Amino acid sequence: MEWTAVIMQLFTGLSLGMLYVLLALGLSIIFGLLTVVNFAHGAMYMWGAYAGVAMISVTGNFWLGLMAAPLLIGCYGLIVEKALIRPLQGRDINYPLLLTFGLQFIMIEIVRMFWGTSDQPFPPPEALSAPLGLFGAFYFPSYRLFVICITSVVCLLLWVFLEKTNLGLIIRAGTRDPLMVRALGIDMTRIWWIVFGIGSGLAGMAGILASPIRSVFPEMGLAMLVECFVVVVVGGMGSLKGAILSGIIMGEASCLTALIYPQMSDIVIFLVMAVVLLIRPSGLFGKAGLLE
Amino acid sequence: MINKASIKEAMGKGSSGGGDLQEPMRNQSIWQKLAVLVSGKSLFFIFAFFVIFPFIVPYKALATQIIIWGLFALGYNVCLGYAGMLSFGHAAFFGIGAYTTGIILIRLWGNLWFSLFSGFASALVLAFILGFLSIKRRGIYFGMLTLAFAQLVYFIGFQWVDLTGGDNGLRSIPAVPLSFFGFSIDIYSPLRFYFFVLIFVGLSLLMLNLLLESPFGHVLQAVRENDRRAKSCGYETSSVRWLAFIISGGISGLAGGLYALYLHFVGIESLYWTTSGQVVMMTLLGGMGTFIGPFIGAGVFLFLEDVLSRLTTNWMIFLGVIFVLCVLFFPTGIWGTIKDHAMRKEKG
Repeated sequence: MEWTAVIMQLFTGLSLGMLYVLLALGLSIIFGLLTVVNFAHGAMYMWGAYAGVAMISVTGNFWLGLMAAPLLIGCYGLIVEKALIRPLQGRDINYPLLLTFGLQFIMIEIVRMFWGTSDQPFPPPEALSAPLGLFGAFYFPSYRLFVICITSVVCLLLWVFLEKTNLGLIIRAGTRDPLMVRALGIDMTRIWWIVFGIGSGLAGMAGILASPIRSVFPEMGLAMLVECFVVVVVGGMGSLKGAILSGIIMGEASCLTALIYPQMSDIVIFLVMAVVLLIRPSGLFGKAGLLE
Repeated sequence: MINKASIKEAMGKGSSGGGDLQEPMRNQSIWQKLAVLVSGKSLFFIFAFFVIFPFIVPYKALATQIIIWGLFALGYNVCLGYAGMLSFGHAAFFGIGAYTTGIILIRLWGNLWFSLFSGFASALVLAFILGFLSIKRRGIYFGMLTLAFAQLVYFIGFQWVDLTGGDNGLRSIPAVPLSFFGFSIDIYSPLRFYFFVLIFVGLSLLMLNLLLESPFGHVLQAVRENDRRAKSCGYETSSVRWLAFIISGGISGLAGGLYALYLHFVGIESLYWTTSGQVVMMTLLGGMGTFIGPFIGAGVFLFLEDVLSRLTTNWMIFLGVIFVLCVLFFPTGIWGTIKDHAMRKEKG
C-alpha cells in the first residue's frame, strides 16, 4: 500500500471526523444541559444543507449560505424548543426524545415537498475547488482542508464561550446542578432555550459544510444521526472533550477501514463502540451513572 | 439467570394483585364496559373481534398487515411498556426473523412451521446477544446502544449480498403450502392467509397474557416502576429485564417471519432503524403498557397510512404531526386515554 494513500486517507478521515465533532458537540451540549436526546438533530443537519441549497440558488454565493444556514437553523431550534420541547418539561425523559423523533419525519417530508426526493447538486465554492499541493507530493482537496480549519475555529470559539464568558459559566454550572443554579436566581429556562438554539445552529452548520463532500438528499440525516449517537456514546454523554476525541477517532476509523476493506467502513464505528463500551461502560470521558 | 426462590416468593404476592378491574361496577359507561371487556381477562372478546376484523376493513390484505405489525408492536410493548426500556433496535429482530424465515424457505427446507420457528429462534438468539451488550445500561444509553447495534446488523445485512440480496432485498420467497399431519393446505388467498397469521397472533396473545399475569409479569412491572426497590427486595433486576428483552425480540422476529411470508419478499429497509421507529410510534400511539394498545396503534397507523397515501405522496407529514400531537397531549396513547377516562369516571 502506498504510504501517500494512507496519509491522504488520514486527512479525509480528519475532515469527516470534524463533521462528526460539530454534530456531536451540538447533541452533547443539548443533552448535557436539557437532558433531551435530540432525534431531530439529523434532520436539522439536513435542513442546514438545504438552507445552503436555497441560499445558493437565490444569491449564488456559498459564503452567504454558510453564514445563513447556522443562523436559520439556530432560530428554528429556538422555535422548536419554545413550542415543543418546553411543554414537556417535568415529564419522563423519553418524551422529548419521542417528540423530536416524530418531528424529524415532518422535517424530512417538508423538504421532499419542495425539492423532491432526488439528490441536489452541491459543488464546492470556486475558490476551494482546486486541490492544494504540498511538498509536491500530496494534493489535498482544499475544500476538505477548509472544513477542518473552520470546524477547528468553531470548536475553539465554543471552548472560549464555555470557559471564559459568564453565560458559559452558567451553562457549565447548569450541567452539574441545575437546581442550585436556579436557587442562585438564574432563569434556567432561558439558558436551556439558548443552548438548544446553539446546538441546532451547529447542526445546521455541519449540514452545509458536509454538502459538497456528501450528497444532499432528504434522508441524509438519518444515517448521520446514528453515527453521531455512536460518537456521543463513545465519547461519553454530555462530555465535550469526549465528543471531540471520539468524533476524530470515528472519522479516522471509518476512512482507514475504507482503504483496507471498503465493505467494513460503515460497520467499523459500531465495532469500535462495542469494544469501547465493553472496556469503559460510560464512554471515554463519561461519568458513570449519569441519567440512568 | 432468574432467582427461582424470588419467583416463588413473587408467586405468593402476585396472585393477589391485578384484580382491581374485576370488581363489579355499577352504572358503567360504554367505555368502561369496553375497557373491562378488553382488559386482559377477556381474551375471548379480542379473538372474537379479530375473527370479524378482516370483514370490516376496506380490504383483507390491510387486515393481515395490521395484525402482523400489531404482533410486532405487541412484542415491542413488552420491552417499552412493561419493562420500561425504550429500545430503538427492534428492527434488528423483526428483520432477522424475516430474513431467516425467507432464506430457509428458499435454500433449506420448504416447511412453513420450521421456517417460522427458525425466524423466531434467530431473533431470540440475537436478542440474547444484543441484550447482553446493552442491558446493563439504562435509560437513554440503552436506547442509543440498541439503536447502534441494530444499525450494525443492518449494515451486515446490507453487505452480505450473497445471503440477503443486499440492497435488492430477498426476492421470490416460495409460496409453500402449509403441511399439517400429512395434509397440505394452500394458504395464500388473502382471507386464508389472514387466519393463518391469526393463529400465531392468537398464540402470542395467549402466551403474553399468561406471562404478564404471572409472577414474572408482576416482577417486571415492579422493576419498571422502581428498579432499586425491586433490587432490594431480592430480584435480579437486570436478568428480569434481559429476559423481557429476549421475549420481546422473539415475538418481533415471529412478526418479521410472517411479514416475509405475507410479502414473499424481504426489503433491506426492514432492518433499518426507521422500522424500529415505526414500531415505537405505533406502540405510543396505541398506548404503551396497555395490553391491547399496540394493536390499536398499529391499526390506526396503517389505516391512516393506507388512506393518506392514496390522497398525497407526503402522507408521512400527517402521521408525524399526529404522532407529535399525541406525545404532547395524549402521552398515554389512544387506548391509555380511553382507559384513563373510564377510570376517572369510575372514581368520581
